Amino acid sequence: MLARTVLRSVPFRGVARQSLNKTSTRASSSAAGAESASSPFHLTLTASAATAVALGSAAYLYGQEAFAMTPAEEGLHPTAYPWEHAKWNKTFDHQALRRGFQVYREVCASCHSLTRVPWRSFVGVMHTVDEMKAMAEENEYDTEPNDQGEIEKRPGKLSDYIPAPYKNEEAARAANGGALPPDLSLIVKGRHGGCNYIFSLLTGYPDEPPAGATVGAGMNFNPYFPGTAIAMGRVLFDGVVEYEDGTPATTSQMAKDVVEFLNWAAEPEMDDRKKMGVKAITLLTGLFAISVWVKRYKWSPIKTRKIVYSPPVSRR
Amino acid sequence: MRILKSHPLLKIVNSYMIDSPQPANISYLWNFGSLLALCLGIQIVTGVTLAMHYTPSVLEAFNSVEHIMRDVNNGWLVRYLHANTASAFFFLVYLHIGRGLYYGSYKSPRTLTWAIGTVILIVMMATAFLGYVLPYGQMSLWGATVITNLMSAIPWIGQDIVEFIWGGFSVNNATLNRFFALHFLLPFVLAALALMHLIAMHDTVGSGNPLGISGNYDRLPFAPYFIFKDLVTIFIFFIVLSIFVFFMPNALGDSENYVMANPMQTPPAIVPEWYLLPFYAILRSIPNKLLGVIAMFSAILALMVMPITDLSKLRGVQFRPLSKVAFYIFVANFLVLMQIGAKHVETPFIELGQISTVLYFAHFFVIVPVVSLIENSLVELATKK
Repeated sequence: MLARTVLRSVPFRGVARQSLNKTSTRASSSAAGAESASSPFHLTLTASAATAVALGSAAYLYGQEAFAMTPAEEGLHPTAYPWEHAKWNKTFDHQALRRGFQVYREVCASCHSLTRVPWRSFVGVMHTVDEMKAMAEENEYDTEPNDQGEIEKRPGKLSDYIPAPYKNEEAARAANGGALPPDLSLIVKGRHGGCNYIFSLLTGYPDEPPAGATVGAGMNFNPYFPGTAIAMGRVLFDGVVEYEDGTPATTSQMAKDVVEFLNWAAEPEMDDRKKMGVKAITLLTGLFAISVWVKRYKWSPIKTRKIVYSPPVSRR
Repeated sequence: MRILKSHPLLKIVNSYMIDSPQPANISYLWNFGSLLALCLGIQIVTGVTLAMHYTPSVLEAFNSVEHIMRDVNNGWLVRYLHANTASAFFFLVYLHIGRGLYYGSYKSPRTLTWAIGTVILIVMMATAFLGYVLPYGQMSLWGATVITNLMSAIPWIGQDIVEFIWGGFSVNNATLNRFFALHFLLPFVLAALALMHLIAMHDTVGSGNPLGISGNYDRLPFAPYFIFKDLVTIFIFFIVLSIFVFFMPNALGDSENYVMANPMQTPPAIVPEWYLLPFYAILRSIPNKLLGVIAMFSAILALMVMPITDLSKLRGVQFRPLSKVAFYIFVANFLVLMQIGAKHVETPFIELGQISTVLYFAHFFVIVPVVSLIENSLVELATKK
């Protein structure tokens, strides 16, 4: 469009005729100039077509999604929930974290490990030192080899990590019909959809698979899981956990709490990060404002200068 | 004489950053250079810090990165800065190149600066790719597998070269170790190249300007005018970077890379980071593997022909409306390619990718020379009465 308008303002035929005559002097740098320069209208057309193709394909591409897999293989896209802790100016709800940890301990921990989270990291976040020490001591850990080279057992310390439910991957697979329950330390960061996906998965088990859906033996139907057949069954039912703070333990409440807890497990630095972010943005905005002021202060004489041309005057 | 002008080292600083006379009319689009230098600085400082805690071993790499994220004081800040500044680096370098294309910065006498700049882009991409492998998540491993396998397209010796790069028969511990060593080395090569880039410009005619004419009619010293002008964009850059680092640090990353590398399981889609997508799209648009690899590398090297194929007598496109249209089509096409690079290989994206690839190369080899010749003619006709 623009190209056409631009070219329309130029007398076409005159251009074409004259440019043919002037080719030798004008396009000394290239021999290709003669035939191309003689037909600017074709080029306008090409340019317009190219613009149309580029803009059209851009609109087309941004407008739709491609799926290499069928919707079932892809898994149902989770609903976007308004997570309070995901907002830029919000921290984790630490009571929810505490409830979520209770759900993890009483429900998830029988199959899923949380190997990157040590007992110490709970202190000051959702539990007191004494609570965590007691919790750590409930577990046994191997000692260093003693003088005889024997490895003994000792109660856990704050510096220990949460023990895994199975000795190794093979044991985990053997106990779960060949499926490996993934470690949950990074699950929120390591899955497309993050919190929304985990929440949808936990609460998305239908009572029965929909008509037409086939699920293999020992598998369960969940529309949010890629492939829809998941080895894990529905684990959250109303009242399966009794919250110590009296919150009614509905399925969605537990799912929400445990997702927030797993988000903390994946990003324990989030509260600090956002707090530091607010400080950084505040500070930098101030510095930016000052820098704009200094720049204008330094440049104002340049921007407001007047350049005068005094023609030479003959003095005779 | 002032020590700034007589001291053998300080006088270099003086001639580059203090007294250095710059054209008075350069716009804010001339600020990307200082921002890119800042990016390189941030990357080297954060990178060296990360290297103090990182373990380049297939068994421990992922764990050591998580150790940095969880246990090292402010380790998350250092790593998120490193990861997001890499994206910012490419975002700015594309703007910097776009500025060069728009204002004809590649034209003589700045061809050497432009050529070094193209080499810098290639080294940057290599460095970014090597760095992305280091956390050794799923996308690290499989990205490394895909990209190193490109070399197998070389006739006769391709497979041998790939195994030489791997140091084995697949991406393994030796690969990770050498990638770490090279990722540590290349930023310093980049710094040297950036210095060459600067010297090549400084010792010819210095910065161009938006009018495309000589800058000698009106110049201002670098200090204080351009130091304070650069500072404005530096703070804007820090604000935007902070928004990413502190509030959405993983927005530009792939969640697949928070899953530990598993050679037994291929992720559903192997996608490079956003800044490599246009070239990945060009690679995938060519049905032949060898030609695809050649096309991908040529796509970057095509920048080098700009000084030759732009036959215009004017510097830059600001007074050449046809070229302006061609420039914006090129930019739109680049963004289209970036989208296509992230799509699965299937109709219609294959065909669109091929059209975009043709348009990409046509810009450098056909559109620019033809349009510049037409404009030469028009200018000549208009000025000759």
